[in-house]
Amino acid sequence: MYLRDEPGTHPPLDSPGYKSTALRHPSQRPVLLPQKLTEITGPLLGEGRLSPNDNDLTAQHAGEPQGQRIIVHGRLLEGDGKPVANSLVEIWQANAGGRYNHVRDRWPSPVDPNFDGVGRTLTDAEGRYTFTTIKPGAYPWQNHDNAWRPAHIHFSVFGRSFTQRLVTQMYFPDDPLFGQDPIFNSVPDPAARARMISSFDMSRTVPNWALAYSFDIVVRGRDATPFEEEVDDE
Amino acid sequence: MTTPSQTVGPFLSIGLPWPDGPTVVPEGTAGAIRIVGTVYDGAGQPVPDALIETWQADPDGHFDHPDDPSGPLRKDFRAFGRCPTESDGTYWILTLPPGAIPGQAPHIDVSVFARGLLNRVVTRIYLADDPADPVLSSVDPARRHTLIAQPTDHGYRFDIRLQGENETVFFDV
Repeated sequence: MYLRDEPGTHPPLDSPGYKSTALRHPSQRPVLLPQKLTEITGPLLGEGRLSPNDNDLTAQHAGEPQGQRIIVHGRLLEGDGKPVANSLVEIWQANAGGRYNHVRDRWPSPVDPNFDGVGRTLTDAEGRYTFTTIKPGAYPWQNHDNAWRPAHIHFSVFGRSFTQRLVTQMYFPDDPLFGQDPIFNSVPDPAARARMISSFDMSRTVPNWALAYSFDIVVRGRDATPFEEEVDDE
Repeated sequence: MTTPSQTVGPFLSIGLPWPDGPTVVPEGTAGAIRIVGTVYDGAGQPVPDALIETWQADPDGHFDHPDDPSGPLRKDFRAFGRCPTESDGTYWILTLPPGAIPGQAPHIDVSVFARGLLNRVVTRIYLADDPADPVLSSVDPARRHTLIAQPTDHGYRFDIRLQGENETVFFDV
């Protein structure tokens, strides 16, 4: 059995400040699904998903991308601190000017021909991952008057079970745009919001080369306390 | 103390899809079925920036995972499917029909991610109605049809309605 998340951890699907939720949030309450074999298992996506330079977004082209080079590293953990090993971590992000390499991103900031903004890696035995990338820029969007997204990197993690699957965004410390961003602020619990903000990490900077940020991702852990017996799968 | 969920945003398609994502089994695999569907919003409009992920047992009812002690899995069967929606809101998965698991009818777990969805929503695809299935029987009979895929010439159709009339049943896992 995997622990269910505490109230306030995740944003309500109906978050009026983020206008795109209006027509996309289910109006019916979700039906409680007992965690059976389907839910306590999940895809284990290994080496076959990775190519060279997948975790170095600055080395995927002949030239280097524009921007501040950064190391982003951290651990994939369960709630009790247990590492999640050999698990696929995927990221995507805007370039240094805040522009995504996507045909539908029309904001007038240049596309960087040396930056796709896409990375993948596997966590090691201690749950650690590392990416080399550039710091993404903030960008305007149409949600409200003069709306700007704080700089962020999208993260997708699988964990080891269907119940641990998580997509989130990593933010940067002391971003002046946090206060007006309805996506960041859609998370009700301030302590939970803080868990999306990376830490500047001097110890992992590379001299004369890259700054560094640390970002641990915590997914649900297994329930350690024996519950009264669930109906068995077998 | 888990990390909160956030939306995949409008540009999920630069980072999440894989070229072979929709093919849980290679094209041409004997017995493979194609599941096709459209994701709709509350106004009945197709959702062009969503991503579907599927997870299922193999035709013998085994999961490709160490927590399933039931036996070996088929070769060439990834068990996991992933497909972004096209501009017309459609997705597809080529897979083998899942087998029954003791106490449960054959089913596929589904995650839906999209711009405007701050957390994934989870549903299940059943290939047939089976009132004996404990999950189906826990769902309001008037809404149960939203979990049943409709047979087509090449497999099945499974539409997902995020909101409104005939809203798909979503689960809290």
